[in-house]
Amino acid sequence: MSIESNKQELTELIYQLADDDFIHAHRGSEWLGLAPHIEEDVAFSSINQDTMGHATMYYRILSELGEGKADDLSHLRKKEQFRNAIILEEKNGTGEYLDSPNYDWAFTVIRHLFYDVAKKIRLESLKQSSYEPLADAARKMLTEQYYHLLHWKIWFKQLMTSTEEARDRMETAIKRVWKDFGGVLTLGPHAEKMVSAGLIEDEAALRERFIDQIQELFNEVNYSIDNEPLMIRGDGRNGEHTEDLEHALKTLSEVYVSDPQATGW
Amino acid sequence: MLDHLTFDQLSEEQKYDHFMDRINRDEKIEADDWMPDDYRIALIRLISMHGISEIMGALPEKEWVPKAPTLHRKLAIMAKVQDEMGHGQLLLRVAEDLMKPLGKNRDNIMSDLFTKRLKFHNVFHMASPTWGDAAIIAWLVDGAAIMSQTMMLDTSYGPYGRALKRICQEESFHAKHGESLVLSLAEGTDRQKQMLQDALNRWWDALLMFFGPKSKQETGHTNVDKNIKYKLRTKTNEQLRQEFFTKYIPKIELIGLKVPDKTVRFDEESNTWHYQDPDWNEFKQIVSGNGPKSDDRIRLRQSSYENTEWVREALGHVKTAVV
Repeated sequence: MSIESNKQELTELIYQLADDDFIHAHRGSEWLGLAPHIEEDVAFSSINQDTMGHATMYYRILSELGEGKADDLSHLRKKEQFRNAIILEEKNGTGEYLDSPNYDWAFTVIRHLFYDVAKKIRLESLKQSSYEPLADAARKMLTEQYYHLLHWKIWFKQLMTSTEEARDRMETAIKRVWKDFGGVLTLGPHAEKMVSAGLIEDEAALRERFIDQIQELFNEVNYSIDNEPLMIRGDGRNGEHTEDLEHALKTLSEVYVSDPQATGW
Repeated sequence: MLDHLTFDQLSEEQKYDHFMDRINRDEKIEADDWMPDDYRIALIRLISMHGISEIMGALPEKEWVPKAPTLHRKLAIMAKVQDEMGHGQLLLRVAEDLMKPLGKNRDNIMSDLFTKRLKFHNVFHMASPTWGDAAIIAWLVDGAAIMSQTMMLDTSYGPYGRALKRICQEESFHAKHGESLVLSLAEGTDRQKQMLQDALNRWWDALLMFFGPKSKQETGHTNVDKNIKYKLRTKTNEQLRQEFFTKYIPKIELIGLKVPDKTVRFDEESNTWHYQDPDWNEFKQIVSGNGPKSDDRIRLRQSSYENTEWVREALGHVKTAVV
């Protein structure tokens, strides 16, 4: 692969990876101090730190490719420039992180589980990427990914097989996440070129692996779903996003943009 | 040492004398050792207050976790607030062991918090409206906390001392994190400097209050004497406050900030800092749960606790099923 002739698909792919992790870690970080118990608060925060760390690694690669400063890429781009999947930008609950958050733990467990299953599959594929910095980053991330996935699998099994209320809430969350999880599984408009440049395997293969693995998890708890994951609210890889992302970006960049003269924070 | 059988035959008074001998010999008391109710209750009050303060202390900083200005700061403040939650967990585990013979557990700690029976440190009732506040909290509130926690490292209650040891190690990282945040703002634009000075002005009184009143004259009540008798602590509130001044006033001035108390000065003759006392009536109000953000923060914690009740219930169910 030559960087020059494949620059667009290369950066597009890394923006997807970076923005997925960044927004996902942001949503996770909003839970800090509010998790179901103190032990989970500590564990969940480690996962969010790892994920934010992964986003940072990707933004640095983009920076090395001449895209600009990592902090600018994460804090100054407009909503339409973000490439994350829509399901990842969705708020954790009806309220705000400081005011009546009303966060939904079932939604969080499902979104994190599905995301981490998909992310692991993606990272396994990236290990063979023709772009060495990406392959290298994927190898590092995979060592942490194992534990993240284990964490959410335990939550999934426990909540799916305990009380009736927990099962109901979890099933509702599965249906909710499923409707938009297709957005995580797509590689967007530049997919073909990404694949022909050897950056990553093709979408269909990755998707099939995801469905297989989720099916296996569902089987363990006697659950099944008929259709495939959808993308009903649009394709984030194409810059399509919701108000939730607009709001999140405003929050996470509030301080960074507050003093344009500032050279350091 | 008395063996178990002989010890059981002692009168309550003899047991108490034996216990105080151990305290005076600087022996460490362990969770299963005999201890007078007075000591147990003093420990429960001290440690559950400390533990819940760590947890409530996560909330003012939590406000700045998603908003932290750069990727590096986001990672650092997440780790820092996570540590505070971790300290809360360590301490509540210690408190839970002490409460067990009284038939109480973590749920009681939480409900005491929600009804304001269980108090938490005055500083965590205060607003933190800017990123400058996050910097001042990490630098000075944590700096003050390190002083009072270091003082208790040698506490007579073994499990508390061991938890504090780990906490102090992590707190020293926090102080570095705080110093780094403060220096970036202090070396920054006029706007950044002003943000920092405003935050210091907002926090000064709260910082002085953090160490507690000099004596019970100020607030009509203090547990310091008892805590010293049982060797839970070794220094008075005022000694700690003086140490805080000695350590931080020169640093505050060095980075170009002004201490917002015109009367503050070091008196060479008496070797003490003179300063304007904060309003101790206000302090009483704040720690009773009537501070500027008390209700908001308690409500946030309570609503999220109630909102995830179903999760804990489900976990309880899983546990029973396994057994």
